[in-house]
Amino acid sequence: MKNRAALSIALPIALIILALFVGSKVSPNFLDSKFLMESLTLMAEVGIVAVAMNYVISTGNIDLSVGSNVVLTACLTAKLIQAGTPPALGIALGILIGTGLGVINGILITQTQVPSFLITVATMAVYRGIAQALMGSASASIPEAYVGIDTITFAGLTVPLLLLLATALLSAFIFSRTIFGRWMLALGSNASAALYSGVPVKRVTFLVFAITGLASGIAAVLMDSRLGLARHDFAKGFELDAITMVVIGGTAIRGGDSNIVGTLLAFILIGLLRTTMGIANVTAEYQLTAVGILLIFAVLFNRIELKSKARKD
Amino acid sequence: MKLHSKQSINNNFKRSRSTFTLSVVTVALLSIALSGCGSTKSTSTDTPSPAGKVEAGASAGTKVVFIPKSAGNPYFAQLEVGFSRSAKGFGLDFSSQAPQSADATSQISVIKSQVQRGQEVIVISPNSPDALNEAIDQATAKGVTVITADADLAGHEDHRALGILPVDFATIGPAQIELLGSMINYEGEIAILSATTDAPNQNAWIETMKTALKEAKYSKMKLVEIAYGDDEPQKSATETEALFSKHPQLKGIIAPTTVGLASAAQVVTQKEVFPGGKNAKNGGVVLTGLGTPNEMRKAVKNGVVAKFQLWDPADIGDVAAFVSSQIKAGKLKPAVGTKFSIPGKGDFTIAEKNIVIAGKLVTFDKANIDQYKY
Repeated sequence: MKNRAALSIALPIALIILALFVGSKVSPNFLDSKFLMESLTLMAEVGIVAVAMNYVISTGNIDLSVGSNVVLTACLTAKLIQAGTPPALGIALGILIGTGLGVINGILITQTQVPSFLITVATMAVYRGIAQALMGSASASIPEAYVGIDTITFAGLTVPLLLLLATALLSAFIFSRTIFGRWMLALGSNASAALYSGVPVKRVTFLVFAITGLASGIAAVLMDSRLGLARHDFAKGFELDAITMVVIGGTAIRGGDSNIVGTLLAFILIGLLRTTMGIANVTAEYQLTAVGILLIFAVLFNRIELKSKARKD
Repeated sequence: MKLHSKQSINNNFKRSRSTFTLSVVTVALLSIALSGCGSTKSTSTDTPSPAGKVEAGASAGTKVVFIPKSAGNPYFAQLEVGFSRSAKGFGLDFSSQAPQSADATSQISVIKSQVQRGQEVIVISPNSPDALNEAIDQATAKGVTVITADADLAGHEDHRALGILPVDFATIGPAQIELLGSMINYEGEIAILSATTDAPNQNAWIETMKTALKEAKYSKMKLVEIAYGDDEPQKSATETEALFSKHPQLKGIIAPTTVGLASAAQVVTQKEVFPGGKNAKNGGVVLTGLGTPNEMRKAVKNGVVAKFQLWDPADIGDVAAFVSSQIKAGKLKPAVGTKFSIPGKGDFTIAEKNIVIAGKLVTFDKANIDQYKY
């Protein structure tokens, strides 16, 4: 079992090194750490939500509304800041709005018992719809003071990347050292067994959706600051990018499992892959194809792992 | 399916316990690696455009990239046809790179990676008038000249050096009236099939059409109705049919929208009321407007639509290639009032907001339509 865990870490690291190698061969301008960090920072928002998506997926649920949550929160926050809300309060309110939208998902799912897939498909449409109705074709610009969090660095890392690392560490801790982590995995492994062994199923389900909401709120505030404005058409395909990272990271999509390190490595891998291909002028179509192929391999790898695990059980 | 026992849940839990240690180590290593190289390189990245220097010897020409709105779009392929043929002529090192999806945020990462590639000029068809401002400013700060093409950063023009637009929109209305007039001997009832009632370009063109109709030359042409198809094929078709039943004497229709023109052409084909068609009364109904050659090819070849117009996006590419080479060579200053001429294409003036008009409307007919593939 140790070997498999090690392999699921070693494989992405090997691919990351390969991507760095190919990138440096393709263009002499690739191995510029500032550029690589800028490129990864562009995706940090997705990364944060991908880490949070582990919570939902580990319980056997899915949250497809994160992209719409991000865009609606980003638009509302931008409007609030435009209206003169002080900096700290604006950021706090933004994160609160994101959490609130996640809480709505949580309430709907636990109260109606409708599968999270359906509820979040619906709220995906609703949240983006509201954002579109609110903004129209216009965009809300953000005062200079808020712009550029992605260019501030501490200890050599940009703020969004630091937040991503912090989220990942905290999540790895929660999954491995807390009763909540244990509950999530139990619920995802077998919902009825979890219920009978005393797991507060509804509370756990509610919380995991609040957590993706919280992460979406953070991502939205970061996005506002990075882009300097908000529009209704931001964060398109965001939910799929996040889920892709989780799956490539080796987390089983059917639940009962989480892999925060894997998600983090997948984040770096996809980021580097896109950057390598971008700088090599690989056309957009082939870039999508490459990520898709990677996803298929990740799923196949995961299946083989599951099968061998089932045989042992 | 086998039920998971408490035992296996515990196993899962134990496994994640061991991965926590792994994760701490990995995160620590990664942050050291990233931040480590970050500090060593920070001095070299302060000098403007180190990337440009690296490849300066490798390629002779100025490095220019075109970033279209989306991938696989024949309209932008045609723009690139012009761009690459002229780039060759002016000795530019030209490439193009489309974003993964047709939205502004995906153009941001393309801009960043192209700056890193050491491009000296970025020509972009922006997907948003303002979402790219930050990325464009950062590119400009690194010494890259940013030019918009086909679409512009409306209201935010100061972020880019120059904007290249396809045609002078003020000429479209009169040109369409003249085109239709010439096909109906300048007399009879005419109608306009537009998009939505609040489409700014459409309304501006309709106004200039009305103004043109006041000229003596067009005094026998009578505008009887303006219909709105909302740029939806079905609604446009219904509106076209309504025009026929409401105005039996109708001689001509102008549809200055590609969706409207294509839908109207289908209706005219089905009812066979085009000049020479089975149901054509007193000469038939002449349909024209703005359309793309690809969409209209069949209608033109079948004789349903004799002539229609649009600009040629290749003109935009030609002008973009020329100004890219001249600005970087220091021979052209992107400032209002600057005049320049392109061999074989004529004279140009940089208008207000640093806008250059690339070309004129092209009138397509049976003879020339096969030269255009967009």
